[in-house]
Amino acid sequence: MWETFGFEFVNFYLIPGLVLGCIYALGAIGITLTFSILRFANFAHGEVMMIGGYFTWTAMVLSNDLFGIPLHPIIAAIPAVMLAIALFILVDRYFYKPFRSAPAIRVVMASFGMMLVIRSFVQAVWGPNQLTFVPGIAKPNELVKNLTASVDMMILVPNKHFWIIAGTIVIMLALSWLLTKTKIGKGMRAVSDSPELAKVSGIDVEVIVKATWCVGGFCAVAAGVFLAMDLQMLETTMGFRMLLPMFAAAILGGIGRPFGAVVGGLVIGLAEELSVYPWLGDGSLISPGYKTGVAFTIMVIMLVVRPSGLFKGRLF
Amino acid sequence: MSKLTALEITNLHAGYGETEILKGINISVEPSQTVAIIGPNGAGKSTVIKSVLGLLNVISGSISMNGVDIVGIAPDKAVRQGISYVPQTHNVFPNLSVTENLEMGAWTRKYGIAERIDEMFDLFPDLKTKRNKIAGSLSGGQRQMVAMAKALMVEAKIMLLDEPTAGLSPKFQAQIFKTVKKINENGIPILLVEQNAKQALEIADKGYVLVDGANKVEGTGQDLINDRNVARMFLGSKD
Amino acid sequence: MDMLIGYSLYAISLLTVGGIYAILALGLNIQWGYAGLFNVGIAGFAAIGAYTFALMTTAPSSYHFGGLDLPLPLAIFCAMILSGLVAFFIGLICIRLRSDYLAISTIGIAEIIKLFLKNETELTNGPRGINKIPRVWEHLTEERFYTKSPMSWFNDAQGWEQFFDSLPIWWWQPFFCATILLIVYVIYKLLETAQRSPWGRMMTAIRENENAAHAAGKDVTRRRIEAFVIGAMVMGLAGAVLSQHLRLIDPTNTFDPSKMTFLVWVMLIAGGSGNNRGAIFGAFLVWTIWSASEIFINSGLHIFGEMISSMDISLLKTRAGYLRMVVIGLLLQYILQKYPDGIMPESRPVPSGIKL
Repeated sequence: MWETFGFEFVNFYLIPGLVLGCIYALGAIGITLTFSILRFANFAHGEVMMIGGYFTWTAMVLSNDLFGIPLHPIIAAIPAVMLAIALFILVDRYFYKPFRSAPAIRVVMASFGMMLVIRSFVQAVWGPNQLTFVPGIAKPNELVKNLTASVDMMILVPNKHFWIIAGTIVIMLALSWLLTKTKIGKGMRAVSDSPELAKVSGIDVEVIVKATWCVGGFCAVAAGVFLAMDLQMLETTMGFRMLLPMFAAAILGGIGRPFGAVVGGLVIGLAEELSVYPWLGDGSLISPGYKTGVAFTIMVIMLVVRPSGLFKGRLF
Repeated sequence: MSKLTALEITNLHAGYGETEILKGINISVEPSQTVAIIGPNGAGKSTVIKSVLGLLNVISGSISMNGVDIVGIAPDKAVRQGISYVPQTHNVFPNLSVTENLEMGAWTRKYGIAERIDEMFDLFPDLKTKRNKIAGSLSGGQRQMVAMAKALMVEAKIMLLDEPTAGLSPKFQAQIFKTVKKINENGIPILLVEQNAKQALEIADKGYVLVDGANKVEGTGQDLINDRNVARMFLGSKD
Repeated sequence: MDMLIGYSLYAISLLTVGGIYAILALGLNIQWGYAGLFNVGIAGFAAIGAYTFALMTTAPSSYHFGGLDLPLPLAIFCAMILSGLVAFFIGLICIRLRSDYLAISTIGIAEIIKLFLKNETELTNGPRGINKIPRVWEHLTEERFYTKSPMSWFNDAQGWEQFFDSLPIWWWQPFFCATILLIVYVIYKLLETAQRSPWGRMMTAIRENENAAHAAGKDVTRRRIEAFVIGAMVMGLAGAVLSQHLRLIDPTNTFDPSKMTFLVWVMLIAGGSGNNRGAIFGAFLVWTIWSASEIFINSGLHIFGEMISSMDISLLKTRAGYLRMVVIGLLLQYILQKYPDGIMPESRPVPSGIKL
């Protein structure tokens, strides 16, 4: 049973699906928070994810070249997170804030413009070609391989996947703590519920907005770095490629539901990978070329059937 | 100190954009008073409250609180100044628990939050058992209590209530009016906008009737109840 | 003389491509300017038009479906219909939701269209694209056209060959350009008429006060879908014309979803949304800036490269191209903030207190 069915399914479809789902989940958290707190779909979110990967790469290269210290991507991501948050806050200050009281579509348009500005900037600075993020072939973790093989259920998981899944869980727990236990987190939920009421309750909405960019930026860079770790390379279009699945995940989970976004991300990631599993006979269920269409299909179905999402999020 | 008027509105012209809704309103709330504003729909009752909070455009006139001019103040600053405001609708955070709602009301408060929450549960005993419930799951009356408790979390110098009993059952209406009276007895001046004119005037020290954005009649609560015109206009036709 | 021709041809090509963008901008103006619908899948609708046209008009080929070798006007018509159908499908799903969802869905549909064009190799030749798309006027010089009626009525194959050989090689360029400008003019006239018709006035009413229009018994959703579909049809037309201009189309480079869509948006916003003349003017202006800046940057880099001989200019050139994108992007932000109504604002008096 394991040899004929389970081994392939678990190792080549389920685990990659989970990993991809984690990455989508982290990205979708930022999207759903900005959508519900600032009330617009931020098209530049994927690009901040991408530039976070480039910042991390640069930190790794600089540290290696200047000091001869090779950094683990997760360490190198620390300065990248700060830069990405700074970028988010600057973009907000100069390009989004002027539209706070204008119709929402203006700021969507501005974010659409920023999407291109950031991507073109990265292409101009780092060049349009792929960069190697982590060289070499990722070998499966020996311990897990031997342990599982001893019970005849060999699981091949490279260390990078452990990092990604563990990292996502840690971030999730931290986020949950932030949103339910801290004043600023509760404030974020309050503004997400009703910005007008938040204002007349004395909540300084601009502080909440900054906090949102911090959380969104942090998660975006985490997603970008995890994606780069998984693919082992960087591309200037990777943010844009993530954008649609992340929107889909946010809508699936319900706008304003960070944990809905996580569930949505996992569902979309799994659905994308499992959609190419040969469920019926030999060939994959859908042609692998259409894998990225899965997210869109799920999103469209959701918009038709239940636009407020699985967890009853906000509908604008 | 207590000689100063808690809230003094003089010759206020205000509206949305350039549309003038209030055309020269005068209202004053003395310390420890409950003042009710009544009037037909579209008279601009809620607009008065929104002007005080800086939620809309004040064209001319003055608004002062304890002698300090507050025209054009930002809403969050108004709260910091001690204005406690309960909007008519959407007045609780539906996805936050009752306690969290109260904490949000105390955003500008630096200390004594836990004690204040306990005080609120004393004032609204119904909420005590629901403290960890999501506000959106409560009944309309209970939500109104959460909204009032949330607004009282600030060190209130005045409380503005926008139709607190709208859409509630008579039982809850009576309870809300009773609580309003109690809050006032604790020393907080109250400006109350109401559709339930009779009950509002019964607990009010002073009442204003607004018609078409201007003062029509004013007097003590009892005077207005006895006023024949007022009675014909509002009190009789009440459902 | 040669130089004069060279400059004229450059001007003609500016007008040609500018004209194609003007059609796109007019299409977008129906959606955004008239109905307030935020479409960021312009490239997708243009791609539908382009591929429909290409598959229907190219000579039979072993690389892709067809070509069907059908008359050009019929192909343009079908391009518009197909584009409109896809828009209708999206409109049904998303138009009742807020504009953000429509934006996400349209960018999604543009991606799906790209995926389809890339993966259905049997039909579209996949990433390698479709070649030898007939271009109006120039297509007359192709054997399969002059050997067929109606051209064969006037002259035999040899006669036509001689005739075309006697013309300068660029003879078709002014004609092609004029055709495009004519299309722009016709669409402009139609849209102006539509805007002044009861339909157009209703669109304005809906855009400015949806609730009031709704209360007045107007079928808001239906009107919006109409605007969305008509706009998409115009974009499909633009795609068909674009494929003629390019003669070679492929899913990724030709219809780069962000670049093309983005340029059209900059054009409409800069020109003045809601105003058809503004849309046309914006298209020509932005295209001229875009195209001239390329020449400017490249010649600048050449001078630079000659000064420092060790410099690899080609690398700098691609990088500079991206910087140009950054600048255009920031320009959009500037216009959005400082001139939200564009250079030619909508001329109709807007009642005060209503922000668009």
